[in-house]
Amino acid sequence: MIAELRELYKHRELLYMIAYRDIKVRYKQSVMGFLWAILMPILIVLSGVVVRYAYAIVAHVPLKGADIASVAIRAVPWAFIVSSIRFTGSSLFSNFSLVVKIYFPKEIFPMAAVLACLFDFLVAFAALSILLLVVNVGWSVYLLWVPVLLATMILFCVGVGLLISAASLFLRDVKYIVEVFLTFGIFFTPVFFDVRMFGSRGKWLMLNPVAPLLDGLSTCIVLHQSPDFLWFLYSFVISVVVFVGGFVMFKHLEPAFAESI
Amino acid sequence: MSDIALRMEHVYKKFRKGETYNSLRDLLPAITGKMFRGQELDSNDKREFWALQDISFEVKRGEALGIIGHNGAGKSTALKILSRIMKPTKGNMIVNGRLSALIEVGAGFHPDLTGMENIFLNGTILGMTKREIESKLDQIIAFSGIEEFIETPVKRYSSGMYARLGFSIAAHVDPEVLIVDEVLSVGDFIFQQRCVERIQSVIKTGTSVLLVSHNIKTVTEVCPQTMLLEHGKILAIDRTDAIAGRYLGALPEAEEGNKAVYVSKVCVRGRAGQQSSFESGDTAWVDVEITARESLERLSVVIWFADDNQYMIFSVSTERLGFPPISLQAGESYRCTFELKLNMAHGTFNLGSDIFRYDREMSYDRHNRSATIFVGSTMAVRGAVNCFPTIIESEKFTKSGNLCEV
Repeated sequence: MIAELRELYKHRELLYMIAYRDIKVRYKQSVMGFLWAILMPILIVLSGVVVRYAYAIVAHVPLKGADIASVAIRAVPWAFIVSSIRFTGSSLFSNFSLVVKIYFPKEIFPMAAVLACLFDFLVAFAALSILLLVVNVGWSVYLLWVPVLLATMILFCVGVGLLISAASLFLRDVKYIVEVFLTFGIFFTPVFFDVRMFGSRGKWLMLNPVAPLLDGLSTCIVLHQSPDFLWFLYSFVISVVVFVGGFVMFKHLEPAFAESI
Repeated sequence: MSDIALRMEHVYKKFRKGETYNSLRDLLPAITGKMFRGQELDSNDKREFWALQDISFEVKRGEALGIIGHNGAGKSTALKILSRIMKPTKGNMIVNGRLSALIEVGAGFHPDLTGMENIFLNGTILGMTKREIESKLDQIIAFSGIEEFIETPVKRYSSGMYARLGFSIAAHVDPEVLIVDEVLSVGDFIFQQRCVERIQSVIKTGTSVLLVSHNIKTVTEVCPQTMLLEHGKILAIDRTDAIAGRYLGALPEAEEGNKAVYVSKVCVRGRAGQQSSFESGDTAWVDVEITARESLERLSVVIWFADDNQYMIFSVSTERLGFPPISLQAGESYRCTFELKLNMAHGTFNLGSDIFRYDREMSYDRHNRSATIFVGSTMAVRGAVNCFPTIIESEKFTKSGNLCEV
């Protein structure tokens, strides 16, 4: 694996180039460029606000700015997770001619797809920061958790992406199954809701490896507290396992790519 | 540093024919069936076949090796293994140095990006660093000859422009081993010649080249040695002209119908007897034998040469050579021999034959490929014919007033 990672590092320029191509093409095709990056997050935030508003009515508590902020903080990374898994899944298929004709580490394609989505995410995150300034959530030392949580999330997405992109080459129905998970995943992930609303049963929802990360983000940004360290460790370990497992499986299947398409 | 650039040792490659489980919907029942009923997953043994068997060869630095073979002979599989896209089932392979494969020109192009952006994208894919591309950018653009359109998205390019830009990028990678697969079949004649020249010049700088082509003409221009593949096995590795004869000799026979008079035999002879490989300027004899099923008169025998684009470059007939028309009774045969001087530049030429009746403009038995000959040349002439040039005078001078201006 070390040798393979070194080879990947040697091809890093290609990784940037392909990510750059994906970004450029996406922004070139749509006149709305910037809007493209924030469209899905905005829709998710708005639906979150609707859900939260309904909850506020039922519970007879007023809807606070902090609630909206915490929905937004979790919605934007969720949009990133969804789009990066979706794009990585088709990344080998859409670069079919390169996969079968030219040699280089093929994990570059799913990784570049994540990188391109990361760019969209950063655009949306910048927009979100403005919103947070307006709502005035304030600063604290716990913001240092943000890069750690995001890095874990990226690791997780890359790992899942490696698994799905390779699997969907060999098993054509994988992409439909993934699509179902992406559509309904939001109901099992604390995006619109807070795991604390479920009391002691909330811990079952935290088993979703993405949950502690999203929850951690809103905890450190809005509540100015340190995220639950054990849950973070849980997510981190799962992300590393998924990444290593995905990478090993991808490299194992890679020589058969050209034969399978 | 060894001087071996590339070596294959007893390489085998096995493929599976037909479908395997390619969806979860099929795979899961098969696996559960196996677990609960002890049922075996379909064994695919019968559907396996060997695409390559016991392939061994080596190419030294600065050498060029051609690979020819009919469709399905295993050429592309061999190249895919060499460029590490596929793994051999058995055997070893060594590549020393940077390998670049010109397998499909413009494979990495994105239609929405401009020519310039695609140069950077494709160059990186082919293994160049950004700095390398920047330093060669002017050369790449100049070689492609599409300076004015370099800021246009490539989806608006013609297929020729596409190919030119693609080859231009690939030709500037400067690899230690260059693999070229059929890419030269695109683009116009002049561009093809430039590609060949470019490949020849990279060989001179010490790059090893492996060239795969159906077009023997290109192979002879680049590679002194050629490997002939057939059904995944090496039939021979030898001098290119020797291989070319074998390759062309293996062509299928022309069709035969039930005609009133038909060409019963065509034979091309050289000084050494029947042969298909000649030197430019050699004399060849073409024997044509025709047999009549019915009584016919006023016939003449026509032969012609066509180049590998099916373009007729020479044609002659007994009547046009001043011979009296031929009359045949049913069951009679007639034979004539043409003596020809093969003044073509090197290339592959198909000999066509026909029996023609000029007064009725009627063709009795037309064969576009009665025989194929291969003409080699030690002279570096280009084009279709060999005018056997020599330079008889050469001097250096300064212009004085009485020379006529052109």
